[in-house]
Amino acid sequence: MEMDQLYTELILEHNQDKRNKRELAKFTTSEHGHNPSCGDDLTLQIDVEDGIVKDAAYTGSGCAISQASASMMIDIVKGKSVEEALRLVELFLGMIKKDVTDEAELEELEDAMALQNISNMPARVKCAVLAWHTLKEALKK
Amino acid sequence: MRPISEAYKDFPILKREHNGHRLIYLDSGATAQIPQMVADRVVNHMLYHNGNPHRGSHILAIEASEAYENARERVVEFINAREREEIIFTRNSTESMNLIAYSYGLNNLQAGDKIVITVAEHHANLVTWQFVANKTGATLEYMYLDESGHLKDGEINKIDEYTKIVAFAHVSNVLGMEFPVKELTDKAHSVGAVVVLDGAQSTPHMKVDMQELDCDFFVFSGHKMCASQGIGVLYGKRALLEAMPPFLLGGDMIEYVKEQTTTFNELPYKFEAGTPNADGAVALHAAMDYLDSFGMDAIEAYEEELVAYVLPKLMDIPHVHVIGSTNAKEKHGVIAFTVDDVHPHDVATILDSKGICVRSGHHCAQPLGAFYKVAASTRLSMYLYTRKEDLDAFLDVLKTVRTVMGFED
Repeated sequence: MEMDQLYTELILEHNQDKRNKRELAKFTTSEHGHNPSCGDDLTLQIDVEDGIVKDAAYTGSGCAISQASASMMIDIVKGKSVEEALRLVELFLGMIKKDVTDEAELEELEDAMALQNISNMPARVKCAVLAWHTLKEALKK
Repeated sequence: MRPISEAYKDFPILKREHNGHRLIYLDSGATAQIPQMVADRVVNHMLYHNGNPHRGSHILAIEASEAYENARERVVEFINAREREEIIFTRNSTESMNLIAYSYGLNNLQAGDKIVITVAEHHANLVTWQFVANKTGATLEYMYLDESGHLKDGEINKIDEYTKIVAFAHVSNVLGMEFPVKELTDKAHSVGAVVVLDGAQSTPHMKVDMQELDCDFFVFSGHKMCASQGIGVLYGKRALLEAMPPFLLGGDMIEYVKEQTTTFNELPYKFEAGTPNADGAVALHAAMDYLDSFGMDAIEAYEEELVAYVLPKLMDIPHVHVIGSTNAKEKHGVIAFTVDDVHPHDVATILDSKGICVRSGHHCAQPLGAFYKVAASTRLSMYLYTRKEDLDAFLDVLKTVRTVMGFED
């Protein structure tokens, strides 16, 4: 794969943009996610009120794919209900597993659609899904 | 002796292409590649001499036993041990280390005792000692390093009269540097401690001599020295091994088995339960022959030349930082580094897109990363088949990494 297809402008922007990379003053759940083999390590904080994800943010360190993925995820789940957010997580994981390939269906993922190519890079899949698995754990609590 | 400049021709994998580029392999610290002659000898063994060593009296069982035991004799010669009873075949360095931890550590340590290791240890030589310390009540103490990767002054004095085990890497798999073996070993022996030397990163790259090193235990893996994966070695001084109980139980490690009791086989078989990896032993034997056809001293000198070539060029690239010593003479074919604002995984992916294989991550030495506040790094590691043109290609792509990641310079 050409590197500009992997490291697209959108991914590089989300990687360098620190909007979603911060500590929340107020949160209901904090969940830690880790890829032991590579050292990607993130902590996700979410603030859920009346079944709605009011705010979310992450801290930690990791590669551009893991960081961008976390940022994109936070953008789309904010303001959504817990059920809705869980459905989006499954949709994203389905895209990475190539179970869901219908572009129209994937549009709901907004910027995170840019990570579709990762499904062709076995070495990087775990980077892309780290934040989403972490969110799933957090939402189940 | 054959010239090392020709070695790369012996490795079919180096004729591969990846992503439209010639494959360049700079991850020998993780696992080394296999020369044709090693593969040929393994295939010959598998196709014409395969049997279960030490079992049965037919021709194939006998030939397989001979092949397996000849490999053991070859290890004795290669590392200058004293006798075959000191050589135990295992799966790899990690399993060798576990054998020492379970069989020696758990049975010889107690509360009040100390295990002393360096902060640069591979998890195989670290998690094992945490386990022994937790089980026995002993304390695990670390010797720390300075910024250049050397033991800080005075750290050696942590080896004291309470110390029962001193364990450290002969050569660090991240820093590429040799620890002062003689000094540490003499100190350990002066307080009556045993020395466990992790030779995984040294044995493939330099002459190792058990009688000169005088360590009590030494471990290494075949796959880092041109043999196949799944064969490793534990060397131990005979008196220590004699006194240790078996680690794994089962076939071949027994003498007499009755319904309720068993007496165990003699060394080295006491520690080799079950059908052994004879194919792996044949591969290791062939690999030692292969390396010796160039000479271990020549291999060490060649790698030093490669490091001297690439290290200054690497350090000249803006935003690149080498971990540990920057003296080429102190690096044994291994250089770990970081690139500002770019995660090592992204560095490795960009290199891979041009056919270049390097390692990224914590290199199984997380406490060292925490100590230097570098959670992950990129590592290039060389071997006798590495060429300067491989290093040039690596440097050329490395220079583009920050641009690919959207930085201005």
